[in-house]
Amino acid sequence: MSDAFDVVVIGAGPGGYVAAIRAAQLGLKTACIDKRDTLGGTCLNVGCMPSKALLNASHHYHTAAHDLGKFGITTKGVSFDLGEMMASKDKIVDGLTGGIAFLFKKHKITWFKGSAKFTAKDTIEVALNDGGTETVKAKNTIIATGSDVASLPGVEIDEKTIVSSTGALSLPKVPKHLVVIGGGVIGLELGSVWQRLGSEVTVVEFMDQVLPGMDGEVRKTFGRVLKKQGFNLHLSSKVTGVEKTKSGAKVTFEPVKGGDATTIDADVVLVSIGRRPYTAGLGLETVGVEMDDRSRVKVNHDFSTNVPGIWAIGDVIEGPMLAHKAEDEGVACAENIAGLTGYVNHDVIPGVVYTHPEVANVGKTEEDLKAAGIDYVAGKFPFTANSRAKANLDTEGFVKIIADKKTDRVLGVHIIGADAGNMIAQAATAMEFGASAEDIALTCHAHPTETEAMKEAALAVHNRTIHM
Amino acid sequence: MAIEDIKIPQMGESVAEGTIGTWLKKVGDTVAVDEPIVEVETDKVAMEVPSHVAGTIVELVVAEGDTVEIGALIAKVDTEGKAAATPAPKSESTPAPAPAAEKAVAPAPAPASAPAASASAELMPMSPAVRRIVEDYNLDAASITGTGKDGRLTKGDVMAAIEAGTARTLSAPVAAAAAAPAATGPREERVKMTRLRKRIAERLKDAQNTAAMLTTYNEVDMTAIMEARERYKDLFAKKHSIKLGFMSFFTKACCLALKEVPAVNARIDGDEIVYHNYANIGVAVSAPNGLVVPVLKDAQNMSFADTELGIANYGRKARDGKLTIEDMQGGTFTISNGGIFGSLMSSPILNAPQSAILGMHKIQDRPMAIGGQVVIRPMMYLALSYDHRLIDGREAVTFLVRVKEALEDPTRLLLDM
Repeated sequence: MSDAFDVVVIGAGPGGYVAAIRAAQLGLKTACIDKRDTLGGTCLNVGCMPSKALLNASHHYHTAAHDLGKFGITTKGVSFDLGEMMASKDKIVDGLTGGIAFLFKKHKITWFKGSAKFTAKDTIEVALNDGGTETVKAKNTIIATGSDVASLPGVEIDEKTIVSSTGALSLPKVPKHLVVIGGGVIGLELGSVWQRLGSEVTVVEFMDQVLPGMDGEVRKTFGRVLKKQGFNLHLSSKVTGVEKTKSGAKVTFEPVKGGDATTIDADVVLVSIGRRPYTAGLGLETVGVEMDDRSRVKVNHDFSTNVPGIWAIGDVIEGPMLAHKAEDEGVACAENIAGLTGYVNHDVIPGVVYTHPEVANVGKTEEDLKAAGIDYVAGKFPFTANSRAKANLDTEGFVKIIADKKTDRVLGVHIIGADAGNMIAQAATAMEFGASAEDIALTCHAHPTETEAMKEAALAVHNRTIHM
Repeated sequence: MAIEDIKIPQMGESVAEGTIGTWLKKVGDTVAVDEPIVEVETDKVAMEVPSHVAGTIVELVVAEGDTVEIGALIAKVDTEGKAAATPAPKSESTPAPAPAAEKAVAPAPAPASAPAASASAELMPMSPAVRRIVEDYNLDAASITGTGKDGRLTKGDVMAAIEAGTARTLSAPVAAAAAAPAATGPREERVKMTRLRKRIAERLKDAQNTAAMLTTYNEVDMTAIMEARERYKDLFAKKHSIKLGFMSFFTKACCLALKEVPAVNARIDGDEIVYHNYANIGVAVSAPNGLVVPVLKDAQNMSFADTELGIANYGRKARDGKLTIEDMQGGTFTISNGGIFGSLMSSPILNAPQSAILGMHKIQDRPMAIGGQVVIRPMMYLALSYDHRLIDGREAVTFLVRVKEALEDPTRLLLDM
């Protein structure tokens, strides 16, 4: 048995590894337990990062094969090697996870490869991947076990024909017809990858628009964009059965409101209906950690649980399941353990969908504000009127800024656009400082850039756009 | 050298800060114990702050126009330097934070981009929109409370402060002077509002914004009171050493009517109504800096003489700027007399949180129809402005009719009816 650690982090995803690094930086003796052989959790291994690698690769292919003509570039016989593409993706992932391992070494963080289980509130038993167990004593434990794919009742994911996001990142060949169940972020990103590489992609979504939870106007517009790209969208549709066949699977769905069922044949079915907090086998009941009604660990404002010395961050607690939210919570939690004051402003957490165009948002939607009875003004500016977007022949989308009617404070920003994911950062910074729409409008934005659309949208809040 | 600090004394329960008015002494002046050295304006009164020691002023720590909190150091007095009285070399004394007003002397045309930032605003950078409004309104950013990150000002903060009237303006560097015809001097003059004037403005506007205010009118035949006054004025003056005026009749009549219509003497507090079982009558008095309303406490128990003495005393204090916070607090009803300036009819504004105010006016001989005859009578219009949220029309009219009846037949005042 090793000496007690000041902090033991369970889970080495973006929340956990960042918490471990921050704790170590603060001089705390830190360990991190994860059952993967590589660090970085879902995000680096089978989530954000490999999907971005594939999105980028497939975008380049698609552009080369279909879009370069409009710039006067002739290409002939553009093709790709899926195996090479996957190898490139795996190399990127290796580089990233290896980078975390280096950071662990640099900060002298003890890394246990295995599955953790509480046997007492300050004792964790690690079933090591290499066999054997290790008992770890912890003054503080951070639960950062993240989330796992939510499955559809009665549908068994084999990661070959019926796949989760994990399987969809490593398909051995391009499916002729990919059926995506769930039109959320993950489904649309991975659907985009395979659609660009030649699949016919059909999305079946329960809600009336794709991207549930996002701004209504964004959802509607983005649905149109996807259709234009060739996606088949079945909205307000409920999947009632997925049946494996010799050559693939049959997916049956019917309108949510009731009506005739439709059955379609798929080579591969991607189940992307969401993720659920992952706490199985942790022994939380042994130590009496309180959970909420959605099986999430209940935490206080400082990320402490009801059990002194046990903390939780990331996907296992309330809030959007986003890597950057988990990272910030990891930092704040480590700081709170160290006696500093760490906090996360959950009102200003950006979200990005890495399709093309990208979709990004931060803060409140128009629907949120209507429901809360807050008077607001929305200013919108389309990329069709933005010079850089025009020069790039990439004018899909708009920037929408929603500001408080009385104080002009920016309450939400919603973007569809080629560079939305990067552009949203300035909106988050502005909101973090309580900026008004006028503040953004009065800030000089470089010309020609897509960010000028942000400035124009801010001007639009006061009905004074220049370029519209 | 023994240095004593002069600080802002406690000035009443609800006063937290004041504005330095005029320095009555300068560095090098000698002061006696209790000799006033500076005028300080608060929300409610202007008062003089005396030195509690004798000596020579060696330093004035704050400048005219500065806002100071209770207990703030304002000056230093050398208690041993009475004879020496050498004006301390200016460079040695801590320079009082120069208010922007002094800049007005130097007509340096500020470049448009130079932010009119105060010291604290320099520490905490202002966002572009905040900078614009602060400059537009010539505000002292330090006077506004920020709710943004680390206490920064947001545009909303500044707009709210402007709306609430809590944002202080910087004394304007009048750059436009050159544009005015040189021979005739400036065509307009900007003078900073005194704290008292601002407070009056705020309170009046608050009253209008809050109450459902309306006014009911009546008129009173002053014959009986004038006769009574004529008959007893010498005796009264001899006995009580004070002139018998109209105010005592009005005060008495109001006390009587307030007892009968308690809503007029009540106020709204949140979602409760507070009825007062006493009548603290505010009497609006004109003072050099503006209108002040000292309060006759428990006026229902006062004799005519007490009332007249009380009012006369307040009038004197107002003229001399000696009214205290206590003098002004606790009113439940107010009487305002526009008649002394000749007003024939007007609608007074409520003195919040009170719910009603009686307006007296000029007595004017007018032809009245009495018993089928046209007779000339000394008449006065009465106005009762009231908060309709609390007081029904019936109550307001009843009150005013009671006041009228008691004044037209003062015997009623004796009979309590």
